[in-house]
Amino acid sequence: MTVAAIEAVDVSRTYELEGVSVSALRGVSLTVDQGEYVAVIGPSGSGKSTLMHLLGGLDRPSGGRLVIGGRDVAGLTAPELATLRNETIGFVFQAFHLLARTSAVDNVALPLVYRGVGARQRRERAAAMLGRVGLGHRLHHRPNQLSGGEQQRVAIARALVTEPAVLLADEPTGNLDTATGEAVLELLERLNAESGVALVMVTHDQEVAARARRRISVRDGLIQSDTRHDRPPSGGPGGPATLEHAPSAEPRSASGSGPGRPPGGPGGAAGATGRLPRAGGAAR
Amino acid sequence: MRVAEAWRVALDALRANRLRSLLTMLGVIIGVASVVILVAIGTGTKQQVEQQVEGLGSNLLLVVPGRLDVGTAPVVSPLDLTDADAVSRVVGDPGRVAVTVASGATARAGNRSDFTTVQGVLETTPSVFTRSLGRGRYLTGADVDTGRRVAVLGASVARSLFPDRDPLGQQVALAGVRFRVIGVFAPLGQSLGVDRDDEVHVPVTAAQRLWGTRRIDGIAVKAPDRERIDQLGERIVAELSRRHPDTEFSAVTQQQILGVLGDILGVLTGVLAAIAGISLLVGGVGVSNIMLVSVRERTREIGLRKAVGARPRDIGVQFLLEAVLLTSIGGLTGMALGVGTALLVDAFSPIPAAITWWSLALAFGVSAAVGIVFGVVPAQRAGRLDPVVALRAE
Ligand SMILES: Nc1ncnc2c1ncn2[C@@H]1O[C@H](COP(=O)(O)OP(=O)(O)OP(=O)(O)O)[C@@H](O)[C@H]1O
Ligand SMILES: [Mg+2]
Repeated sequence: MTVAAIEAVDVSRTYELEGVSVSALRGVSLTVDQGEYVAVIGPSGSGKSTLMHLLGGLDRPSGGRLVIGGRDVAGLTAPELATLRNETIGFVFQAFHLLARTSAVDNVALPLVYRGVGARQRRERAAAMLGRVGLGHRLHHRPNQLSGGEQQRVAIARALVTEPAVLLADEPTGNLDTATGEAVLELLERLNAESGVALVMVTHDQEVAARARRRISVRDGLIQSDTRHDRPPSGGPGGPATLEHAPSAEPRSASGSGPGRPPGGPGGAAGATGRLPRAGGAAR
Repeated sequence: MRVAEAWRVALDALRANRLRSLLTMLGVIIGVASVVILVAIGTGTKQQVEQQVEGLGSNLLLVVPGRLDVGTAPVVSPLDLTDADAVSRVVGDPGRVAVTVASGATARAGNRSDFTTVQGVLETTPSVFTRSLGRGRYLTGADVDTGRRVAVLGASVARSLFPDRDPLGQQVALAGVRFRVIGVFAPLGQSLGVDRDDEVHVPVTAAQRLWGTRRIDGIAVKAPDRERIDQLGERIVAELSRRHPDTEFSAVTQQQILGVLGDILGVLTGVLAAIAGISLLVGGVGVSNIMLVSVRERTREIGLRKAVGARPRDIGVQFLLEAVLLTSIGGLTGMALGVGTALLVDAFSPIPAAITWWSLALAFGVSAAVGIVFGVVPAQRAGRLDPVVALRAE
């Protein structure tokens, strides 16, 4: 039995822009289990990136309850949240965000710096991780000496070098051509299957989303649907899913949340802390 | 580990923007260098003055009418040679008492002339003031008693009047009256910008006759011991006040002269150092400015570092170190420049300069502190950046 890696209950995020509030998320509840593979889809501006930032502890919710790695972020100071990110989350961004003038191996080793790992061990672990993403021969290349796909693989290695529970990837193939993107995707799926890191990935590609065993559709700051497949339609490396979950009539999506509902505090969603039954194949 | 990373990143940032770093440092370099140079010149001048005042002779007591104060008008002296005799009785040894009556006069020899200071003195002068003769002999008691027209020339006077002749035994006309040269002083050099070799000593009696006066300007006493010098001064002043009830007298020791001169030089040095310090401050503002630019340029890097687990403090320390490194390297360079310049000035110009360790330590400490003071705001700003906003920055 596993504990949820991330648990969001009625989470909202409102931006204040020159006196006008913009609701990017309006009450979202979801649980990311360990080792899961989740695709997040939705139109532009629907709040996908906002959701990813919240799930990764990069941002704090305006309302609702968010528990990452068993810790409620509301009770954490900024340094504690930083440490939590370092220990439990790996980010992969569309724009790679590698440090220029810094070798691949040092880019990958960066999170270990903030974990307090010694220089030598840092390099060893970073080099090993680069080997796992197929870049063992590019350790000392700088980002501008690497192709886009290679850069994103360096970024993936950086996200995984700390052995996080969850890998959050926001359109990781958005800046890559189709073939390269496919390779990066396969790498992410393989790492998810091999190391048991939960993978939450934002994508615009329906086909890609279909490969994930769980698909969350976001629209207007709300979860529109949250569905699971028994088995990936296309031959993903995950293998066939075992039917260990009882089917449920109720989709686990934000069934209780809607525009008319006032933003819930932690108390209002107490029931959601228990694990909802998985919706085996049940979709709206 | 985190601190080591901060060092590495800070150094890397400076190296990546070499020219910009150098230009930013320039303000600090100039500020620190000028502080070091000006303090060195101030210190050197002070040391030189001290040496020269002490070089006048030890345990010296100068008795003058009026008060030793900066800015008070000179008082017309009521003293004459009988007062000097009275002082001799107080001291108990005429050999320790010297007098002077001085005036500018033209000295002429053949077709050469030189405007110089003519001093009417007693034969005791060389033993009261430390003054040694280069050639010939000094004035004698008989010269003074009879008002003989004999003269002892300062080294530079002798050089200008007798460039290629032996001055001994020659005639010089002082204010039109002929004197016979009996001696030449050994060269002394400059003191407080005054050429101390530009003077002529004649018997005080002859000088008084030359200018038609019975006055003397002042009396100098070489006290027998240092401990009772102030007491002796008081007794002399009391005696002179008794003889001239209308005039105020003061007896000043070398220590007092040094104190007054030291105060003046100290204020001067302080003012100059403060002006230099302002340029250091301006340099600090430049550092602050460039650090804000650096934070803005590297906003995405800050966002990324935060995303992978850097705490606000880690980021803050990184930028603070960058600022401190900038000013410390600038400070060290400025110190080297300042020391080098001061040594050159000391060696190749008449201006004395002395390097003091405290001024170097102060200059370095201040430049490092400038880095902290002016780096802390940009560093805090970097540390507080919202990672999501930072990652989106252009
Ligand atoms: N810092 C911000 N200030 C104000 N509004 C914001 C901010 N960030 C996001 N938003 C708004 O929140 C909404 C959701 O933004 P978000 O970036 O999460 O969308 P997205 O689903 O990731 O879109 P895309 O697919 O284009 O990346 C948008 O309407 C956006 O304008
Ligand atoms: Mg987005």
